[in-house]
Amino acid sequence: MAALESPQPAATATAMRHAFGNVLSVLILVLIGVLAFSIRLFSVIKYESVIHEFDPYFNYRVTQFLSKNGIYEFWNWFDDRTWYPLGRVIGGTVYPGLTLTAGTIWWVLNSLNIPLSVETVCVFTAPVFSAFASWATYLLTKEVKGSGAGLAAAVLLAMVPSYISRSVAGSYDNEAVAIFALIFTFYLYIKTLNTGSLFYATLNALAYFYMVCSWGGYTFIINLIPMHVLLCIVTGRYSPRLYIAYAPLVVLGTLLAALVPVVGFNAVLTSEHFASFLVFIIIHVVALVYYIKGILTPKMFKVAVTLVVSIGMVVCFIVVAILVALVASSPTGGWSGRSLSLLDPTYASKYIPIIASVSEHQPPTWPSYFMDINVLAFLVPAGIIACFSPLSDSSSFVVLYIVMSVYFSGVMVRLMLVLAPAACIMSGIALSQAFDVFTGSIKYQLGGSSKSTDDAEDTSNAPKDDASAGKTDKGEEIVKERSSKKGKKKEREPADKPSVKSKAKKKALVLPLETSVVALLLLIMLGAFYVIHCVWAAAEAYSAPSIVLTSQSRDGLHVFDDFRESYAWLSHNTDVDDKVASWWDYGYQTTAMANRTVIVDNNTWNNTHIATVGTAMSSPEKAAWEIFNSLDVKYVLVVFGGLIGYPSDDINKFLWMVRIGGGVFPHIKEADYLTLNLNLVTY
Amino acid sequence: MAARIGIFAVVVAVFLSIPAFSSAQDLQIVNAERRIDLSSHIVKAFLTLKVENIGKNPAAEMLLAFSPTQIKNLAMVQALAITGKKKKKTYLPLDVKPTEQPDAPNDTGYYRVTFISPLGPGETVSLEVLYILTHSLEPFPVEITQSESQLVYYHDSAVILSPYHVKQQTTFVKTPSTRVESFTSIEPANRAGKEIKYGPYENRASYSYAPVIIHFENNSPFAVVEELVREIEISHWGSLQITEHYRLTHGGARHKDVFSRVDYQSKRSVSGASSFNALLAVLPPRVNSVYYRDDIGNISTSHLRTGFRKSELEFEPRYPLFGGWRATFIIGYRVPLEDYLFEASDGRRYLNFTFGCPLVETIVNKLTIKVVLPEGSKDPSAVLPFTVNQELQVKYSYLDIVGRTVVVLQKDNVVPTHNVPFQVYYTFKPIYMLAEPFMLVSAFFFVFVASLAYVHIDLNIARK
Repeated sequence: MAALESPQPAATATAMRHAFGNVLSVLILVLIGVLAFSIRLFSVIKYESVIHEFDPYFNYRVTQFLSKNGIYEFWNWFDDRTWYPLGRVIGGTVYPGLTLTAGTIWWVLNSLNIPLSVETVCVFTAPVFSAFASWATYLLTKEVKGSGAGLAAAVLLAMVPSYISRSVAGSYDNEAVAIFALIFTFYLYIKTLNTGSLFYATLNALAYFYMVCSWGGYTFIINLIPMHVLLCIVTGRYSPRLYIAYAPLVVLGTLLAALVPVVGFNAVLTSEHFASFLVFIIIHVVALVYYIKGILTPKMFKVAVTLVVSIGMVVCFIVVAILVALVASSPTGGWSGRSLSLLDPTYASKYIPIIASVSEHQPPTWPSYFMDINVLAFLVPAGIIACFSPLSDSSSFVVLYIVMSVYFSGVMVRLMLVLAPAACIMSGIALSQAFDVFTGSIKYQLGGSSKSTDDAEDTSNAPKDDASAGKTDKGEEIVKERSSKKGKKKEREPADKPSVKSKAKKKALVLPLETSVVALLLLIMLGAFYVIHCVWAAAEAYSAPSIVLTSQSRDGLHVFDDFRESYAWLSHNTDVDDKVASWWDYGYQTTAMANRTVIVDNNTWNNTHIATVGTAMSSPEKAAWEIFNSLDVKYVLVVFGGLIGYPSDDINKFLWMVRIGGGVFPHIKEADYLTLNLNLVTY
Repeated sequence: MAARIGIFAVVVAVFLSIPAFSSAQDLQIVNAERRIDLSSHIVKAFLTLKVENIGKNPAAEMLLAFSPTQIKNLAMVQALAITGKKKKKTYLPLDVKPTEQPDAPNDTGYYRVTFISPLGPGETVSLEVLYILTHSLEPFPVEITQSESQLVYYHDSAVILSPYHVKQQTTFVKTPSTRVESFTSIEPANRAGKEIKYGPYENRASYSYAPVIIHFENNSPFAVVEELVREIEISHWGSLQITEHYRLTHGGARHKDVFSRVDYQSKRSVSGASSFNALLAVLPPRVNSVYYRDDIGNISTSHLRTGFRKSELEFEPRYPLFGGWRATFIIGYRVPLEDYLFEASDGRRYLNFTFGCPLVETIVNKLTIKVVLPEGSKDPSAVLPFTVNQELQVKYSYLDIVGRTVVVLQKDNVVPTHNVPFQVYYTFKPIYMLAEPFMLVSAFFFVFVASLAYVHIDLNIARK
């Protein structure tokens, strides 16, 4: 009765709460962005504003070229300072997304007369895009489970160590922007799926285009989305929205992807993309079936089905036969080496030592899961369960996403990066649901004893609202979460199942007050543990730029800057056209920092060339001199860490030189370089 | 080498054969003492001259003559007049200007010293002249290995080249160590310890020349900055940002064969004697935010000591510099504005800053100083005690619209003696300081107004 008497004030109050909640959400999102940006600045504060590691130096060099020579020169860039004497067509072999992004940022800043150097822009691209990725995670999770879960997932993603490892300031690599592009593409897909809007479908294709520009990992998208579409069809969830979400993406996306020089006709010719075309056919068949079903009587429909199925079988058979023929004509079955090693984890170590020799292509160990996603590993199962109550198109997508990314991360340690956003989304959902239940219970218990049923009704409304749209108390909870992070794993899992049930039973099941409070505290403790771990990981584990090494000893901090010392020496004291031979690890850095022509570099596209250098490195002086002389080499760069005890020097890599050299030139035998009789050593 | 000596021979021959200039004969040098300091790669020569007017007319000025090789490498000439007796000597700086003589024998270069008051007939005056030569020590052997020490030639004349008759003169040459391989002896000449004495020589005619070569050890750091660009950016918000781009080279005997880091580290006393790996920059007091880096990042080997009179930045390039090796680096720092910016009596503002290169004992082949005035500054003018090339440029920095005026001062062959204050005058209205904050504020305001408008505009064609 009371509620009926005052509908007007109640409506304004709800509107106010919504408005307040929105403002709060925006504020929290801004803070999340700041958090994501600033947690990645440890490398700048502890070391300096410098490009890290190996590949970022190449990207940096490409960006310098782009900013100096413009976009057209960039597409046509034939780099003769690397892979001497072969050279490399940079414009056609590089994923240009990162470079173009940073180049554009630099150009915009400079046209506003903000004279930041290209290097500064490159260093800070990754942290900026981490903030974008957090916001994209918010949007994606919000589409799946409401804005509470979205905020929780965004906070988790802002500081998930796995992503930090690839996006600290200075880590100017493709993944830095690609993760944002990945999440944003998924968001737009879900958004299209939820709204059925062609506008979002088009945006989705553009986001996919950006992803293709940015990273080879785009194949993950173009396989995951068809899988989800197929899943929806198989589980009888076909809808026109699904069609709109998928069909334009395949058509537009494939056309756009073919525009990227490095992809080109691969977008229609390689096996990585076939799944999408197959599903594209299937969804059309299904759409046709639904359409015919709509215009025919059930009896006629049955006849039509038999007709179509028989013709369809024939057509499918022909198509499959053509595909098989095409695939069989290519030696690797149309799959690239890296993709193959994804499907068969032992492939690389068996056939391609150059892929196997890279540590980030190894399968991860269990501790690395704990290191990289920490407590999220325990929250993920709860999130999956939450996604099944109720299962929607969008929640089934994130479930599929986590399942696939868990598999891929198990194959290759660098794909942990793809797992991280999925884990954050799942954990965000889990935490949000848990908080919902606990705070709901507390509210109910407190409200039930002191106030009237009015309050109870209010609380019962709250979770329902949460599921669909943003909610004020949701936002407030998140504030708590943000400052302290969430709960406890074992503790919350049992708690989570009740939460699922409680939702299903529409508040019939409410937890006791004490249990809720304790569970909340435990969740907060768990969150605090996560925060501490993330900050530690960002500060200690992932911030070293690897070109400058530090060691802490009794008499203070020692800085080893020998890499840059040698690059600077080469840069200033050798002729500009001199050729420098080194093991391929140092190729990118030598071209970028010393500006000297190298024989091989980290873009390991020519195995023979690398094997030649490996052979030279593992041959006696005279033979090595002849090999190097034939390559016009004037300087040889080798790294020796014996004096200071630096472990990853060229002696450490020597066996790989022998193996890779021996793979092409059989006179190099690994056994010759090993001590056979260990007794000789002991005497 | 042979060619060089050949030229000298010709020069000498011509000098000796040309009759003295009649106009120069009004003056004669009664007594001259020259002390040449060869201890670093910057050659400093102190001349003490006693000049007498033997003509009939008062002489207002005198000429200093330099051989063509010297005039090319002459970084600076200063002259002081000594007045007063022994204890109460006072030194008055005299005006010294390069000048051309129409009948100069063999491209002899001249500097004109103007006396404070014209020298009457029969009067004498005592002068102190300091001149500084750069790139005048020629390494021989031209290439040395890591374990050798560096030997150099110094070419000069045992007698002072002068357009005047010199009655009595002595030259002392100071070498950095007692190791002197050889020196040309022109009697009377002798060597004691680190000093070689030429003279005294009596009654040498004008333009006398007696070439000598001294071959000696000099392991002092031959730090030559090939190009230095100093940018001084004035911000009226309270600081002066100075950025210095160095292109440094070792100007001594070229390094040959291998460089052994192990020898260099372990046998420092005998290995790489002529190389250097530490440099000292003298920065202003109250300096802050000092950085030292190069194109590829920070260089971690530096120490800063701040003091009341000066700050010292001791730093090492990335690698020790051997003969012929190069390095580039950037030093940047900030100093408080109130120490360097003042208001002149006519309302204009002026920057009072030190010219030259902050590195000690360093030659700068080409120095460019860019004074970036704040946006909106007008009528810039620079005041310097010596001539430099000046031009104006425009630079666009943070959010500039009209750009900042840049006063570019450019000078070749700069030595530490050039580290003297210079001034740049300009007019500036403080209201311009608010232009950029105002721009930012209005940009944000516009964004918010635009989003406000967007929220309230319904662009749908059909009513929902």
